[in-house]
Amino acid sequence: MATKLTQSNRAGWLFALPGFGLIAMFIILPFFFAFWLSLTNQRLISPNPTEFVGLQNYQEMLSLAVVTLEPERDDAGEIIRDENGAAEYPRVRSITRSDDYPQYDGMREWFRWQSGDDARVVIASDVVFWKALTNTLLFVLVVAPTQAAFALGLALLINQRLRGINVFRAIYFMPVVVSIVVVSLLWRFIYDGQDGLLNAVLGFLSFGLFEGHDWLGDPDTALGSIMAMSIWQAVGFHMVIWLAGLQTISPTLYEAAAIEGSSKWQTFRYVTWPGLRNTAVLILIVITMQSFALFAQIDVMTNGGPLDSTQTMVFQAVERGYGKQDISGGSTISVILFLLVLTISLIQRYLTRER
Amino acid sequence: MAAISPDNRGLRLFVRYLVLVLVALIFVLPLLFMVMSSLKPDQQLLADTSSFRAFLPVGDVGLTNYVEAFERAPVRLFVFNSVLVTGVTVALSLAVCSLAAFSFVFLQWRGRELVLSIILATLIVPFETIAIPLLLIVSKLPWIGLDGIEWTWLNTYRVQIIPWIADGLTVFLFVQYFKDLPGELVEASRVEGASWFQIYWRVILPLSGPVVATAAILKFLVMYNQYLWPLIVVQQEQYRPVMVGLQYFFQLNVAWGEVMAYLTLITLPVLAFYLVLQRAFIASIASTGVKG
Repeated sequence: MATKLTQSNRAGWLFALPGFGLIAMFIILPFFFAFWLSLTNQRLISPNPTEFVGLQNYQEMLSLAVVTLEPERDDAGEIIRDENGAAEYPRVRSITRSDDYPQYDGMREWFRWQSGDDARVVIASDVVFWKALTNTLLFVLVVAPTQAAFALGLALLINQRLRGINVFRAIYFMPVVVSIVVVSLLWRFIYDGQDGLLNAVLGFLSFGLFEGHDWLGDPDTALGSIMAMSIWQAVGFHMVIWLAGLQTISPTLYEAAAIEGSSKWQTFRYVTWPGLRNTAVLILIVITMQSFALFAQIDVMTNGGPLDSTQTMVFQAVERGYGKQDISGGSTISVILFLLVLTISLIQRYLTRER
Repeated sequence: MAAISPDNRGLRLFVRYLVLVLVALIFVLPLLFMVMSSLKPDQQLLADTSSFRAFLPVGDVGLTNYVEAFERAPVRLFVFNSVLVTGVTVALSLAVCSLAAFSFVFLQWRGRELVLSIILATLIVPFETIAIPLLLIVSKLPWIGLDGIEWTWLNTYRVQIIPWIADGLTVFLFVQYFKDLPGELVEASRVEGASWFQIYWRVILPLSGPVVATAAILKFLVMYNQYLWPLIVVQQEQYRPVMVGLQYFFQLNVAWGEVMAYLTLITLPVLAFYLVLQRAFIASIASTGVKG
């Protein structure tokens, strides 16, 4: 169409400008601004001028070290044990607050493990950040494949020719149009330790054997509960995308497979799955991006607790950038989050590339 | 499945429907529980969770919780704010993004390819990663209004509307759709002396019903369900949307009946809208998956 008739520099720019201008101002500018802010000590409201601090924000967040604690020994050289027989160790503070180790100054214990008689302790200058980072990665690593698989199962279920199948499709999709904020508050009630619906249902199904559990109040189950709810809410979204992919597969391939006498599994393995390749890449990337953005569930259900077991990167970015008005700290987390999203998307694209 | 012989078609059909219904229950029951709980007084509500009564409108059923919810928070104001922000943003977004897409597909101009690829590149930037720097930007943006110049956008409607008008996905959806329209239509209109805007308004837009519906539905869902952004840029009650208004209900002593009433109130209109237009809703989500 490169004719004189469609050549128009002025009209072209004029029509594209409102859209491009808004995107430049409210998406591209803040995106690059985040990188700059992460190198400063910017606060939302501050009497002091903003200073360039280089990589200090990153250093304060990412610093990690492993220290070895030797068990306390008595005068005879025997290890001192408490009444349970566990060895006693000096407190981590004796290292992080000691003048002998200025490099560990202000760091706190993240977790420890046993190595022979010694204890190895991982200390970090920003333990909450590391918990947020690992929780977010765990959430993505569990939710992305699980949700994609459930969504595919639902799509196969709904791809049958049955009367009234559209009614079921509409029902499975229903939670997607409900706000995640509404869903989170509703499930806070369902997960409640005393009056929650889930405990009642589990008690009923196990004939009263199940005694009830405070799902969100227990650090071991809080994140898992949020994962399950998030999958429940969003699985219909990806079911629809899988379904669109399923319907692009030519019916003649299925007919050919039927004539060859292929089993259900063989048909799925050799006809359906290869036809879904592009859809699979797209779905994994979309779920990954959505999972990294985990925020509303945390804000409504747990506020990051109990014991920081549900801290996430976006929650921390908001808590610092908005709650504590520490714009540079929030921006630093945002940049790290973006780099993670980008890296994982590229890895996914590489692993699922056409060969 | 081998246990079921092919001539036993009735049984096989029954099993298929049974599976479909059981799965449907997983999605329906929590929502049904929400609606039913909103009708019951707190004491009965808590007692009912231990039986099937949780999903049934039984006992002392009434609208008391709704009345109390309206007393606890300015619900009407929140709904008004959400409808206003959502409506204005959807309308402006359709106009701005379709106009840009029209320019990318039908007009030849220098820099076109570059600008389009920059816009599409923004698709990999999740909003959550730019929220904090954007907060700093809008907190210091000037605005010329009826009362003279203001030096911040915080606590306004505009801060909830303007940053959300243009986005890569909406532009992308229009570009994909326009590419499939016959280009000869545009050239013919050009020969007849129509201006570019006339072609956009009289020729292209009337043909764009499906993509307008898709883009409108997606934008509607994003805008009505806004949470993080209004949470950090609006502290004054006067401008708060429905999802942030929820905070009135889960501070201090949680009265679950009222909470469920508020949740039902802000969710049912969307669910009703969805059930009427479910084909269009589902088609719009599916079309976001055509990128691959």
